[in-house]
Amino acid sequence: MGRYLIRRVLQFIPVFFGATFLLFALVFVMPGDPIRALSGDKPLEPAVIEALQERYNLDKPFYQQYAIYITNVMKGDFGTDFRGRPVSDIMKTSLPITVRLALLAFAFEVVIGLTAGVIAGVRKGKFFDSLVLISTLIVIAIPIFVLGFMAQIVFGLKLGWFPISGYRDGIYSLLLPAMVLASLSLAYIARLARTSLVENLRADYVRTAKAKGLSTKRVIGIHTLRNSLIPVATYLAVDLGALMGGAIITETIFNLPGLGRAVFDATRSQEGTVVIGIATFLVIVYMIANLLVDVLYGILDPRIRYE
Amino acid sequence: MSDIRDDRAGVADPPDDDPKLYADTVRERVGTDIVAQQAAREEDHEHEFRQTPGLTVGLGEVPRQASLWGDAWRQLRRRPVFIISASLIVILVIISLFPALFATHDPRECNLIDSLLRPSSEHWFGTDLQGCDYYSRTIYGTRVSISIGIIVVFFSTIIAMIGGSIAGYFGGMMDSIIGRITDIWFVIPTILGGIVILSLVRTRGIMNVSLVLIVLGWATMLRLVRSSVLAVKANDYVDAARAMGASNSRMIIRHILPNAMAPVIIVAAINIGVVIAAEAALSFLGVGLQLPAISWGLMISTAQQRIITAPYLLVFPGIFLSVTVFSFILMGDALRDALDPKLR
Repeated sequence: MGRYLIRRVLQFIPVFFGATFLLFALVFVMPGDPIRALSGDKPLEPAVIEALQERYNLDKPFYQQYAIYITNVMKGDFGTDFRGRPVSDIMKTSLPITVRLALLAFAFEVVIGLTAGVIAGVRKGKFFDSLVLISTLIVIAIPIFVLGFMAQIVFGLKLGWFPISGYRDGIYSLLLPAMVLASLSLAYIARLARTSLVENLRADYVRTAKAKGLSTKRVIGIHTLRNSLIPVATYLAVDLGALMGGAIITETIFNLPGLGRAVFDATRSQEGTVVIGIATFLVIVYMIANLLVDVLYGILDPRIRYE
Repeated sequence: MSDIRDDRAGVADPPDDDPKLYADTVRERVGTDIVAQQAAREEDHEHEFRQTPGLTVGLGEVPRQASLWGDAWRQLRRRPVFIISASLIVILVIISLFPALFATHDPRECNLIDSLLRPSSEHWFGTDLQGCDYYSRTIYGTRVSISIGIIVVFFSTIIAMIGGSIAGYFGGMMDSIIGRITDIWFVIPTILGGIVILSLVRTRGIMNVSLVLIVLGWATMLRLVRSSVLAVKANDYVDAARAMGASNSRMIIRHILPNAMAPVIIVAAINIGVVIAAEAALSFLGVGLQLPAISWGLMISTAQQRIITAPYLLVFPGIFLSVTVFSFILMGDALRDALDPKLR
């Protein structure tokens, strides 16, 4: 396990620098002069432009700019917005909301998705199974923002069960957005758990367990479920990173002041540094989640360790 | 029989070399089971023969020469899931090619006096704020979604096929280089990367948006092609071709790629739906297409402000978008059921 872990971490390093460099380069090759964007419509004095270029290191060659940027990022400095407010400050206020939303969505996925998937798998071919299969297919097909608005109209407006938008009621106002955010992955997890369970129920070791006279509850609960949950667990871990990104749409619809909403606002007001700062942060989170999945996968499935 | 059938619905074995790809393809693969479910119900005797070729011979019938594709087609055209999704896709493509045949008004001829009319016999889906006929605009919106979906999937698949077959076939150094480049692109999520890149572009048309989605989308596909090529490469007929002195390019083009295509085509079909949803999401967030383009994502984005007074402005493009995404995902499922040799 130790060697596997070291190899995975070593592989992570080039990906980390590669991906952050890529984001940086993509922004760099885009047309447009950041100083001009900073000044707005009024043209600036050449001396001011020069001073600003020096201040933001724009006079240095490209690779040096990246080196300065990535060193700052590793120190926790993601740049500043137009008003001089550090991007890390914006993150500090908005991150807790996004984390809460993501954790809540994650809980929905695990509890509802797994339960539905396991019950459907055990009752393969019965009514509940078909219900799960059809409803999940529909959820997968409806884009998240359409689903979000539908939930807003039905549960917020018509039924009045949940707040329509905003973050005034604390956790309570996060319930509906979390459900919307979770829906897609919830559907995938239910299907994944079902197929995985159905497949494992036909395995030889299950037949052996049954032949030994074990109760159905024990055969499913102890023997089959453990093996069936390996693909689900790895999927869930990858998903945690994806949830952070998927929050952009949900937070925009439900007007929650989280990280995703901050990204969206920054694109509207053309504040490139904020967009890139938060995006870099989210990509780093996603990369770390991916690394954790690899490690988790190695723990759950020993075969993976001996490639 | 339903048991045999269900095997095909199972999640494929994890490719030994890449846990991440596995977790990733799992997301793609789980869709199959509903198809298998329905198929199990309409199972008939003849079907059983086709599933188990050995049985046909054993019963003394003449073994039929059947290619993977011929077999798949014969299976597909009897499946309700395939028929439904195929007809939906055909209708959508016809709409996007000839929107004028379906529209009742000119989508750009708007009368402010008709602003925000409710759905009626004159304006089937009502009118928007500018007084444009909403039904005609929704119809014209099909073209943008379908073209972006097809353009993006076509080009990212080509990139993936070239890169993936080189990496999988030659292995070694080539594989490592391509693999590391793919790893780097792979960790940038589509929506997030799309926001970063597109927010810096002033004018965004179909070409710009497609380009960004291609750039962000090929990595997943390349991993799939590579693992598929690796699986095919291990077959005896590949060794046979090599022994007969086939050149590398001939090996790849004639022997490996045609046999490695099945999973690629399945995921490509699903990806058209995924790309269409991504374009709509980007347009909705204000970094995709811009007015005066007619796009469902844009329409939904505008409708957002009148969600209470005029919810129909949101519902109609939402339904069109969902049905389009649905039909491509369903098509992928149907194709997987008929094509995937691993599940056969």
